[in-house]
Amino acid sequence: MTTELKCHKGIGPQVQGEALVADDNFSARYDLDRIKGVFSRPQHKLVGQSYVDKILVMNTSKGGVASAWMLHEMKSRGLTPKAILFNSANTILAQGAALADLAMCDRFEDGDVTQLIKTGDIVTVSPDEGRVTIESR
Amino acid sequence: MELSEEEKAMLAGEMGEPKRWAMDHMVKVGAMFDAADLVPVSQAHMMADPESVGEAGVVFLESLASHPEKERRVAVPMITDPRGVDLEYYRPLGQTEVMADLDRRTITACEKLGILMTNTCINYQTIMPPVQGDHVAFGDTGVVIYCNSALGAYSNFEGGPSALAAGLTGRTPRYGLHLDENRIATKRFTVTHQPRELTEWGVLGGLVGRLSGSYWEVPVIEGLEVVPTSDEMKHLGAAMASFGSTPLFHLVGITPEAPTLDDVCRGAPPQAQKITKADLDALRGDFGGKGDKLDIVVFAAPQLSLLEMSSVADLLDGKHVHDDTAMIVCTSPSVVADCDRMGITTRIEASGAKVLRGTCFYNQYAREIGEANGWKRLLSNSTKIVNILGGYGYQPALASMEECVASAVAGEIV
Repeated sequence: MTTELKCHKGIGPQVQGEALVADDNFSARYDLDRIKGVFSRPQHKLVGQSYVDKILVMNTSKGGVASAWMLHEMKSRGLTPKAILFNSANTILAQGAALADLAMCDRFEDGDVTQLIKTGDIVTVSPDEGRVTIESR
Repeated sequence: MELSEEEKAMLAGEMGEPKRWAMDHMVKVGAMFDAADLVPVSQAHMMADPESVGEAGVVFLESLASHPEKERRVAVPMITDPRGVDLEYYRPLGQTEVMADLDRRTITACEKLGILMTNTCINYQTIMPPVQGDHVAFGDTGVVIYCNSALGAYSNFEGGPSALAAGLTGRTPRYGLHLDENRIATKRFTVTHQPRELTEWGVLGGLVGRLSGSYWEVPVIEGLEVVPTSDEMKHLGAAMASFGSTPLFHLVGITPEAPTLDDVCRGAPPQAQKITKADLDALRGDFGGKGDKLDIVVFAAPQLSLLEMSSVADLLDGKHVHDDTAMIVCTSPSVVADCDRMGITTRIEASGAKVLRGTCFYNQYAREIGEANGWKRLLSNSTKIVNILGGYGYQPALASMEECVASAVAGEIV
């Protein structure tokens, strides 16, 4: 059975992939080893895990403006998540998603997206429609 | 989004590809944040260090710079954040020619776009501070939070691409902090301990940022009996933005939008949360302890003002940094010119410390230079930098400027 989640209209193409979820925040500069494609900040709940080709589900984006360029650079090497879903995105990640043409959505109507989606769920993200579908878990 | 005739022409490509790209970018971002239209900006400021821009970003900048001069020149004054490579001093840090070449290519492309290479994150102290009500598109979280909070300017956090889009068109989407309704306080903190020097202001900022926790929260702080200096406000804001992605704060009776608490509240003020000395000590305790050996002491993030440079020189006079410990001091090209002229650079470097020009330690390939030099145990007076560098393989510790210098001389945290 599929579950449909409504969110604000987002940025980027429609994509499908496997969810990687944490009740934690996201910064490309502070939290990632972008060469290896893993979370590297010791305090991060996903430390050591690969984010490549995942539908990354986090609480909010934080930290520096560098993340905008970094998403574009990571995309050029094929080492990005397929999409990033937030409860609340900050401006920088949205700007980075626009340059990198990476799917990004936030502001979910049914509550905390880090609780609504579980790691391992297969998820379709449709930014233009403001819709995320959990296909299977 | 409502666009003027000129903006529609830009979006249609009638004024060249750079402006078409810029408009397309702003329409996408503006749609995500429900911007009704674009707002004119007086200045833009772009972060474009090679570590974050990368080869892909440099190619992108070069492609914009390849268009005819009339089409590619920025429409409003546009300046830059720190570079990732001090081209006069990079090999000794273990930085490579690949890094330096990316930086050189970025500079060449930016100059073709008409961007002024100020290479600074303290433009509000050294270039042209915005005034209250001034809409700008600034691209460094420390710059944005300072200009919004201390000066009453209107800016969102603009990543490099968006700052560039604003520079090329002289506009930015009207959302977030360009709207008065998003500048109302949503969190309220009462301090019971008066911060005394740069690091204590930074720690207060870090804690307020951590407790605020999102770009869309606006903290207001009450209970301050001292007015922070510009350098103290700089550390307060930089740490708050770093820990919380916070772009604006109010200090009751101090910052321009908050003569009183009521001025930044709509209706009843939010419930107040106390911040005690114990809360501040707890955040500080996350970063290092006495007796720990040190590989490097860093003064950066934000770049040092002339007055901070002078203080570092005073503290180092007649002393020598320990043989097993490095010291790096980062400042802006305009400040360093003054320091050279006044003998401050010579006094700092006589101790064995190194002054870097137009860079900031954490955005100059911190991971790679750490590995090249065996730097892990790092001490700084910047709450912002100790928050960042854990993700880059360092074990960061925090202390006051005086303690940092004494520790650099001793080779361990004193």
